[in-house]
Amino acid sequence: MAERKAQMLSGNEACALAAVAAGCRFFAGYPITPSSEIGEVLSYLLPRNGGRFIQMEDEIASMGAIIGASLCGVKSLTATSGPGFSLKQENIGYAAMAEIPCVIVNVMRGGPSTGVPTQPAQADFQQARWGRHGDHPIIVIAPATVTGAYELTVRAFNLSEKYRTPVVLLLDEVVGHMREKVEITAPEDLEVVNREKPGMPPEEYLPYSHSGTDLNPMPAFGDGYRYHVTGLAHDETGFPTNNTREIDLQYRRLNRKLHRYRDDILQVRKMETDDARIGIVAYGSTARTARHTVKAARSEGIPVGLLQPVTVWPFPDEEIRDFGKQVSHLIVPEMSLGQFAREVERVAGCHAEIVRVNRVDGEPITPKEIITAVREVA
Amino acid sequence: MLTDYTKYLRMTKFPHIWCSGCGHGIVLKALLRAIDRLELRKDNIVMVSGIGCSSRTPGYVDFNTLHTTHGRAIAFATGVKMAKPEMNVIVVTGDGDATAIGGNHLIHAARRNIDLTVVVFNNYIYGMTGGQGSPTTPRGMKASTLPFGNIEQPFDVCHLAAAAGAAYVARATAYQARLLDKFIERGIRRKGFALIEAMSPCPTSYGRKNRLGDGATMLRQLKETSVKITEAEKMTPEELVDKIVVGTFKDVDTPEYVEEYDRLIMAAAQRA
Repeated sequence: MAERKAQMLSGNEACALAAVAAGCRFFAGYPITPSSEIGEVLSYLLPRNGGRFIQMEDEIASMGAIIGASLCGVKSLTATSGPGFSLKQENIGYAAMAEIPCVIVNVMRGGPSTGVPTQPAQADFQQARWGRHGDHPIIVIAPATVTGAYELTVRAFNLSEKYRTPVVLLLDEVVGHMREKVEITAPEDLEVVNREKPGMPPEEYLPYSHSGTDLNPMPAFGDGYRYHVTGLAHDETGFPTNNTREIDLQYRRLNRKLHRYRDDILQVRKMETDDARIGIVAYGSTARTARHTVKAARSEGIPVGLLQPVTVWPFPDEEIRDFGKQVSHLIVPEMSLGQFAREVERVAGCHAEIVRVNRVDGEPITPKEIITAVREVA
Repeated sequence: MLTDYTKYLRMTKFPHIWCSGCGHGIVLKALLRAIDRLELRKDNIVMVSGIGCSSRTPGYVDFNTLHTTHGRAIAFATGVKMAKPEMNVIVVTGDGDATAIGGNHLIHAARRNIDLTVVVFNNYIYGMTGGQGSPTTPRGMKASTLPFGNIEQPFDVCHLAAAAGAAYVARATAYQARLLDKFIERGIRRKGFALIEAMSPCPTSYGRKNRLGDGATMLRQLKETSVKITEAEKMTPEELVDKIVVGTFKDVDTPEYVEEYDRLIMAAAQRA
């Protein structure tokens, strides 16, 4: 192991550095608070590393451009916040449908509409999952710290390359703008996944095969495969089809794909859960607050544990259900009015009582607010 | 010399979706003649489109083909060009796709002068969705959403692209098929943003709503209303109403975006 290098970074800066380390060589974006620093840093870093940066005319164009670049075999990133994330949704759906790897950073702020641009929220939790029309899965991962932002940016690229899917990195404004010491893994110790290229000759290549692993290799434009990419329902060859059987097979494989590799995709972190009688479920910067709460409650002798979904979509149903079976209450703090608690309730509501701690005034949730909820049920 | 079109077509994907009398096939053939004369490698061509009748073109041609979302072809193509500048990136798009929902991308790609060749199939109408009016529908003409005639002024797509900064701009009609392939060839050859507007008849929607006759009649009408750009310069605006000005509007040597990026930005960043 090479020595880890310590740096003082914000979450947004860590994200930009990690993107380059993960092999990202194209960024297209549009300025929006509180995510703009990611593009700013990459406008400097990418050309230094043989990549290219472009500030597009709008959010929609940025999303289109990164899909185009990814089709040429170049790992690509865009970054935005709530309103921009809404605008990008149609093209994110295109990337899901055509199975094109790309990473979208959404630094959450208050909404809807212009909302609270400079303060944190966690109110894009459901948009990240359901923002597009149509049936399709998506991977969404949410760091809680600046170090997490670095590591999960690399992981976001790895997952997108491996599963040919858009991946959303869901930061909140606290993580994006907080500045702290980050221990950066040396490039040689970093696990970097590159998409599999087809080994078969072009005439045998099926970009969307229904058989086998549900995952298909992907050539770059210019590699000699000359295949067709469309957002229309398509058959295994990638061409549009109206054949009901082919349409059904395509949608079922698309929706099965991530479920099948759930164990590899899902990540949850647990703290003091083994003997916990009261549970906290939290993600993003709120999970960090919750960690503090667990320590404080334990020092008072209250048996509290924390389950932190790192992969928030697909939702860790089983892990949270099992946790719910073990505790009397699940306390769910979040900077939104229950978007996250809704899912916890769905999977564990019949096993434990769900206690919501919500804040939507643009301030992060404090340890005091969570511990008050813990004491009330202890 | 006759062009072997089958060399560039995915023959198993025919019949195509275009109606009889539609001009889009003529435009496609012109595009393939241009590609053939330039001897471009099929592996090296990325054809990008949005949504609409003309945007179905990529499905029929044996290149790297990318059929994107409505209006966004130029945005996707920008990413393709920046990732692999050595590719010939050709955008095929319609008047609604390029100038309504995709208008912002069109003007900004022209402003950047990124090396794309954009062929706008202009039939004055949203064909695929049933003949609604578009930003290029002439004044007074009818459409399924313009039952009492159009009161909006139409875009002049060529003037728009030229003013926004394109390096090459030209217009021809499907009747002048040979002129069209010359313009497309020149557009591909020209480093920078090239836009070729190809006027194409839509007898099914636009023709029927406005009682313009069948495809052949509409093609003749394109010929009869065409005016060469050199003649148009001598005419008054009143004389040019209802005329289609055909010719090269702009052909200039001006810095191309990705070349400038590599020459100035990448070089400076690597020195820094």
